[in-house]
Amino acid sequence: MLEIQNVSKTFNAGTVNQKTALNGLNLKLNEGDFVTVIGGNGAGKSTMLNAVAGVWPVDEGKILIDGIDVTKLSEHQRAAYIGRVFQDPMTGTAATMQIEENLALAARRGKRRGLRIGITKAERERYRELLKSLDLGLEDRLTARVGLLSGGQRQALTLLMATMNKPKLLLLDEHTAALDPKTALKVLTLSAKIVEENHLTTMMITHNMKDAIKYGNRLIMMYEGHIIYDVSGEEKKKLQVSDLLAKFQIASGGEFANDRMILS
Amino acid sequence: MELLARLANLPGALPGACAQGLIWGIMAIGVYLTYRILDVADLTVDGSFGTGGAVCVMCLLSGMNVWAALFIALLAGLATGLVTGLLHTFMGIPAILAGILTQLALYSINLKIMGKANQSINVDKYDLLISLRWVKEFALHNPIIMVIIVTAVLIGVLYWFFGTELGCGIRATGSNPAMSRAQGINTNLNVVLGLAVSNGLVALSGALLSQYQGFSDVSMGRGAIVIGLAAVIIGEAVFGRIFQNFALKLVSVSLGAIIYYIVIQLVLTLGFDANLLKLLSASVVAVFLAVPYWKGKYFAKPTAKKKEGAKNA
Repeated sequence: MLEIQNVSKTFNAGTVNQKTALNGLNLKLNEGDFVTVIGGNGAGKSTMLNAVAGVWPVDEGKILIDGIDVTKLSEHQRAAYIGRVFQDPMTGTAATMQIEENLALAARRGKRRGLRIGITKAERERYRELLKSLDLGLEDRLTARVGLLSGGQRQALTLLMATMNKPKLLLLDEHTAALDPKTALKVLTLSAKIVEENHLTTMMITHNMKDAIKYGNRLIMMYEGHIIYDVSGEEKKKLQVSDLLAKFQIASGGEFANDRMILS
Repeated sequence: MELLARLANLPGALPGACAQGLIWGIMAIGVYLTYRILDVADLTVDGSFGTGGAVCVMCLLSGMNVWAALFIALLAGLATGLVTGLLHTFMGIPAILAGILTQLALYSINLKIMGKANQSINVDKYDLLISLRWVKEFALHNPIIMVIIVTAVLIGVLYWFFGTELGCGIRATGSNPAMSRAQGINTNLNVVLGLAVSNGLVALSGALLSQYQGFSDVSMGRGAIVIGLAAVIIGEAVFGRIFQNFALKLVSVSLGAIIYYIVIQLVLTLGFDANLLKLLSASVVAVFLAVPYWKGKYFAKPTAKKKEGAKNA
C-alpha cells in the first residue's frame, strides 16, 4: 500500500545546523497494516510521516502509495490518498469554522472544489450520525465553532475527518501526546476501533512503548533516520517493553560508547 | 457660539458623508476579505483603488457604457490582486511586502492609464451611475440609494460564494493553512483567488468614487488600507455582538465605513485641520488594533487569578 524507497532528507544542508533526518529509509506497508512507530527524539519518526504526506520535497528516493508514485506531488494533491491527525490538537481543524463546516471540508478531500454549495442538508444528517459514534455529545453542536472544543474533542473530530473518506493511508503523528491520560486512552481506543472497522492501512507514532505493543499488527523502531527494528505478527504480540528497551540500548548504546571513547 | 454655528452645518453635510462611506465601504469589504478571512494584511489596495478609478474614467471617456466601465475596472482590480498573490505564493515574498511592491508598481501603471496625474469626467457630458451632484435628490440615481443597491448585490454574491466548496476552502486557508493542505485544499491557489476577489472589490469601489467625485486621481487610493481597516474595526466594535452571520458581518463593515465618514465629517465641521486627517485616522486605527492586544495582556489576568484563588480556597 505504501512504499518508501531509499528516501533521504537533510535539513539546513551546508550550515552548522545540518541535520540528516532521514537516511536511506526503506519501508513497505501491506494493505491493512497497522504499524506503530517508536524511536528516540530526532530519530526521524515525524520526518518520515511528513515525507510521506509531502510537507516538503525529499532529497532522494521515491514514495509510492498504492502503486502511484507521489514523490513529485504536492501536499494537497497527496491528501487525496492520506488522512492525517497531528500531535497538536490545534493543527487538525479550522478553529474559526463550524464543526459541520470542518467535516464538509474533509468530505471533499481529493475531490474538485467548485461552485456547488459547501455543505448540503443530506451531509448534515450524515455528520450527525458520525458524530454520535464519537459519543462526545458533538452531534448536537454541529454549528458550534471548533475553537470552542477541548483538545480531546478536537482530536476526535480530526480523527473522524481523517478517516471519513476511508483514505488509503492514515498517518497518526503522536496524536494523543498532548492529551491528559484519560482522554488519550479514549482517543486511542477510538482510533484503533476506526482503523479496525475500516481496515485502514495506518502508521501511528507513539512515545508509549506499551501502546506500541498493544496496538497494531506491526512495530518499527527508528534510529538516525532509518528503521533498525521491524517486527510483526506473532512475534510482535509476544514483545515486552523490556525487549524494546534492550533493542533501543543496543542501537543507541553503541553510539554512546563511541562518544565516550572520543571524550576520553 | 461659533461651535454651534458650525454644528448647524453638519446635517447638510451628512448625505455626502453617507455616500462616501458607502462607496468606501465596498473597498472596506475587500479589506475585510483579506484581513479577516485570509488573515493577510494586503497593502495592494492603496494602488488598486486608484487603478479602479483610472480604468473606469478612461473607459467612460472613450464612450463606453457605465456598467461596462465598472466591470472592466473590476477586472483590472482582479488582475492587481493576482499579481500580489503570485508575488506572495509563486515567488515566496511575504504578503505585506508583496502588497507594497504591487502598490508601488501600480502608481506608475495608474499614471500610464490616465496619461497624467488626474482625469476629470463631467457628469453633464457622460452618463454616470452616480454623482455627488445628486446626493440630495430623492431618486434612484441618488448615490446613497444606488450604492446601497450595489453593496447589497455584492454582499449577496459574496455570501453565496463563501458558502460554496471553493469559498469554504478559502475560509479554511485563512483559518488554518496546515489543516487545509492536509484536507487537499490548494492553499496557494486560494490565497491568490482571495486577493484577486478582494482587489476586484477595491477597484470597483475606486471606480464608483471617481464617478461620484467627477475625477480620478493617481493618489486617490493613498491610505485606503487604513480607511478599510478602520471600517472593519469600527464595524466589529459596534455590531460585532449582534451580527454573527457572514452577510451581516459584511453589512457591519459597510456601516463601519459610513460611521467613519460621519465622524470625519463631524471633526472637520468642528474646525479640525484637514491636513491632519490622515494622522488622526492612523492614530485611531492604531489604538483600535491595540485594544484587543491590551485586553489580553493587561485585563484578562485578574479574572484568571480570581478563578485560581477560588480554586485554592
